[in-house]
Amino acid sequence: MNKKDRWAFVGMGLLIAVFPGVALNVKCISHYVDVMIFAGIFSLVSLGLCMLMGYAGQVSMAQAAFFGIGAYSSGILTSRLGWNPWMAMPAGAGVAALVAWVIGVPALRLKGHYLAMATLGFGVIVHIILGEEVKWTGGPSGMVDIPGLQIAGWKLTSEVAWYYMIWSVVFIALLFCLHVIYSRVGRGLRAIHEEEMAAESMGVPTACYKVQIFVFSAILSAIAGSFYTHYVTCLNPGSFNLMWSIRFVLMVMVGGMQSLWGAILGAVLLTFAGNEWLQIFSDFEILVYGAMLLCAALFLPGGLASLVPKVIGVFRNSLTYLCKR
Amino acid sequence: MCQPKRKSKSWFRGTSLGTDFLQYTITGLTVGVIYAMVAIGYNIIYNVTEIINFAQGEFVMLGGLFAAFFVGTLHLPVFLAFFAAVLTTGCVGFAMERFVIRRARNAGVLSLIIITIAVSILLKGSAMLGYGKDPHCLPAFSTGGPIMIAGAVLQPQVLWIFGVSALVVIALSVFFHRSFYGKAMLACADNPIAARMVGIPVRQMVLLAFILSASIGAAAGVIITPISLMDYDRGAMLGLKGFGAAVLGGLGNFYGALLAGCVLGLAESYCAGYLSSGYKDAVALIFLLMALFFKPEGLFGAEAASLKKF
Repeated sequence: MNKKDRWAFVGMGLLIAVFPGVALNVKCISHYVDVMIFAGIFSLVSLGLCMLMGYAGQVSMAQAAFFGIGAYSSGILTSRLGWNPWMAMPAGAGVAALVAWVIGVPALRLKGHYLAMATLGFGVIVHIILGEEVKWTGGPSGMVDIPGLQIAGWKLTSEVAWYYMIWSVVFIALLFCLHVIYSRVGRGLRAIHEEEMAAESMGVPTACYKVQIFVFSAILSAIAGSFYTHYVTCLNPGSFNLMWSIRFVLMVMVGGMQSLWGAILGAVLLTFAGNEWLQIFSDFEILVYGAMLLCAALFLPGGLASLVPKVIGVFRNSLTYLCKR
Repeated sequence: MCQPKRKSKSWFRGTSLGTDFLQYTITGLTVGVIYAMVAIGYNIIYNVTEIINFAQGEFVMLGGLFAAFFVGTLHLPVFLAFFAAVLTTGCVGFAMERFVIRRARNAGVLSLIIITIAVSILLKGSAMLGYGKDPHCLPAFSTGGPIMIAGAVLQPQVLWIFGVSALVVIALSVFFHRSFYGKAMLACADNPIAARMVGIPVRQMVLLAFILSASIGAAAGVIITPISLMDYDRGAMLGLKGFGAAVLGGLGNFYGALLAGCVLGLAESYCAGYLSSGYKDAVALIFLLMALFFKPEGLFGAEAASLKKF
């Protein structure tokens, strides 16, 4: 972690810590705590996807599938087989990791469009399975009555408790990701993004790194899926379809592909957009998402995170200009 | 006017296994040919630009919905509606290339993927805005009851589907291998810089490729709509399965696409008939994954050149 990241980390930590205190005291935004819990859950997915897309340069249209695998594993293990949720979560992550490894080893030999299509196809297959295995998943009508989470006998019921728990998990994941990208592995990943052939010839184990980071992103998505299950306590396959995979990609695109901070920012913005601001469009929010995706890819390829240094630069320039006068 | 795709089970009662098999084969070939036409759309754009256009399936959906609009609202005759729909969707393809793809011609592969996905979402959303969520139907191209072959039912529309797609494949082969423009387009695919040096306007060729592939997708959409109806949500699935056919047949290979499309359609239909109808959509996707993982140059592509471009 460099100095900038450390400051950003502290700043964001403070912001996140005081947010419920502010939000709960202002009546019209008191439900924002609930939205922020979802934002935290999706941040976990987008962190993993950011590592994969922004740093390793591999596109995945299957994040919703891994999210769904985690969610349904937790749901089935706890409500059907009576497992403890904290045991079901690593089990779900394990299943997702295994699936990601089996799919990833052949898929990550593909590049660009082919990889996108392969992950897209895989995501749709998982979605079909979730809808068809009625005996286990409840089929299209989904599952209900999934138990919530307990910490040392104390039931997590209040939103504030959930909020702090989710965001501490996000911070742990972020810390881990930051350490990875400044390590030898991170430099290797960026080398793969720039030019795979060159990275390979410099001795970066490209195939190995790509699969590892794919599995890592799947694990993060699955953990997010487990939290999601226990928070909403019901599931249906509609939350894990292709559109959700595209939404996760959009979160990373909007925030800025080469920035973990951007991934979290994108997740928060998109969650607020989806749960709050775009509700007036109801069915037609799909058009808004399409337009956002197109604009992000065409006009802002670096995402919002790429604007931050520019804004700071303008600010600094005007400040020095004012001081001189 | 709309005929349901699957006849009620009473048709089969008391018939032999062979009749069922024949029926599934007819159904499979019908959808297979449609997948093949989607695959041909991918191939045309791939041949010229090396882009995989994720919005290809939406062209099929648009074709069907435009035709339904021309017949249902404007009361055009079906044949006129066919050409009108193909033309209109061609214009959509034109707009997509001219206003979106051309802007992004210097973008990386990742951006191009995202951009074509964004376009497909936009087309899907616009179709939902314009036509609603209900499926739309078209009258069959020719009147007359179903033809019975050894107990199996063959709708006349199926013959139209076979005829139109055969025509498309033959016309495209002639176009690409005999005509001046077709050869110029192939040259762009081979080496854009060299093509430009000998005076081929590469950008116009790319534009032409998008118009052509949108039109062919639309034609597929119009001919299938009388049998299976069309709604705004069908594009993504048709696109994915069509891509499966394109990869299985070897990207860029028209006859391969036709054959692979039929293979996929048959596999899907037999799965729906004998195994599980719920998983029929997964069959084509599993074929797609298998083809990508183990034989990315396609079943019929002898040379392993097709993947080198990415």
